[in-house]
Amino acid sequence: MNILVCISQAPDTTSRIAFTNGDTEFDTNGVQFIVNPYDEWYALVRALELKEAGGGTVTTLTIGDASTDPVIRKALAIGADAAVRVDFKPTDSMQTARLIAAHAEGKGYDLILCGKETIDYNGSMVPGMVAALLDLPYVALGTKLEVAGGVATVMREVTGGEEEVEVALPAVVSAAKGMAEQRIPNMRGIMSARTKPLQVEEGTADAATNVRTFTLPGAKGSCKLVPADQAEELIRLLREEAKVI
Amino acid sequence: MIASITLKDGLATKSGLEAASYAVALAKAEGKEAVAVVCGPLNGDGGLGATGITKVLHHADELHDSGQIAKLVAAAAAGSNVVLAHDAVGRAVAPAVAVHLNAGLVSGVTALPESGAVRRNVFSGKAMADVEVSTAQAVYTVTPNTFPVATGGGEAAVEAFSAEVGEARVKVKAFHASSTDGQVPLPEAELVVSAGRGLKGPENWGIVEDLASALGATTACSRPVADIGWRPHHEHVGQTGVAIRPNLYIAAGISGAIQHLAGVNQSKVIVVINTDPEAPFFKAADYGIVGDAFEVLPKLTAAVKALDA
Repeated sequence: MNILVCISQAPDTTSRIAFTNGDTEFDTNGVQFIVNPYDEWYALVRALELKEAGGGTVTTLTIGDASTDPVIRKALAIGADAAVRVDFKPTDSMQTARLIAAHAEGKGYDLILCGKETIDYNGSMVPGMVAALLDLPYVALGTKLEVAGGVATVMREVTGGEEEVEVALPAVVSAAKGMAEQRIPNMRGIMSARTKPLQVEEGTADAATNVRTFTLPGAKGSCKLVPADQAEELIRLLREEAKVI
Repeated sequence: MIASITLKDGLATKSGLEAASYAVALAKAEGKEAVAVVCGPLNGDGGLGATGITKVLHHADELHDSGQIAKLVAAAAAGSNVVLAHDAVGRAVAPAVAVHLNAGLVSGVTALPESGAVRRNVFSGKAMADVEVSTAQAVYTVTPNTFPVATGGGEAAVEAFSAEVGEARVKVKAFHASSTDGQVPLPEAELVVSAGRGLKGPENWGIVEDLASALGATTACSRPVADIGWRPHHEHVGQTGVAIRPNLYIAAGISGAIQHLAGVNQSKVIVVINTDPEAPFFKAADYGIVGDAFEVLPKLTAAVKALDA
């Protein structure tokens, strides 16, 4: 089975968020970038487990400029066989999806796995767009994924619980927490990642939206402390002052 | 304006009613009418007329494949903007609708468009972005619990509607309700009681559940607690878990790491209970109690019960 895993870079989860250029761009100054956790911990690792169990290849695909190469090498160190980067800096989910679809078209991937969303723009829209662009079935928010006889069985998050669904491959699946466990790359993986193929392709696509400005939330007022031995006073404040209960 | 609404037991879900209300407000601003499209068993007008929806397009077959629902919605939307809830269904359907309509998609919006841009949260709630759509049509998904449900509308006309949606390629085999059945699902919850490692073990969660049950709140937890298996993964709120924005978030025994704050800092009121007065969470809180959750939580539960007594 040949699996394509879409890998995005994202600022480290501890990053302080700031903007530049008149609040129109994310300020990358001093920001450490990581593989987007949903792409790495769940989509990539599950793809590797499926390959280890049933054979095949795992290829990663990233839409980004050369600044994303370190996170691509990280994905290779974790165990992907090969990586492709489409040399384009996207500003919109439709652009990213069009470039992923253009790459995947006709390549014969059995499964396209993506994280459910990136932790920077949180759109959660790219995998569904890729599926629609390629006319492939789509299962969102998968927490378990098994493949047998060309059919994927996926547990997916739905309101109030989980649904078990079946879909014939090829298909697009987005990965949520639970699909796999994070893997730490070992020294052998890190060494071999240096020599694994990272193919750079050209590509361009139109955006359908753009960010006019970014805003940071206003500072929170001070915290009103209630003594522990008057805990019931808190409930009075929540009802009479905050009016939330 | 078309609102794609998910039904449960024949009625629109809460996030569906919020999306419908958003569509009604958008339509009003443009001097148009808001129409809903639904599939599966429908009870009356699904409760949608009350929000100001004037017509419900009803596809009789219940669809579970997001690809099919997207084709239905795209067929209903010819020329219109589309609104969906940013819930499990909307998140799967909206991107395909956007592709079919060649429309710009803004997901997880938190307010109506203002002077040509619409606001959504980015960086897991650490910032907001005002987004412009550059295509003729737009698709919006509305973050649950951000837009109030409109009332006072009339009865919507129900009209049979069908479209070529193809065969179901994704087939549902089984549904497993989460163990917190009976609680409002976390993304929709208005009141949330959450706890972390400060609770010392899964056997101590009774005091958390008691307060949640007295308030009619949903229970949640921090990431470490879900990772070590004290609580189920679906209860994990934070940057890599569920992002929530309830009216009230009560956190006991959670220090407030930046990754946790990212998922909860959009809550309208935050209450923090922690033995450590230096816990970073107090800086993000509206109300705080420096104290032991084992003593404080039962007191709060008793006080809530006394309110309604």
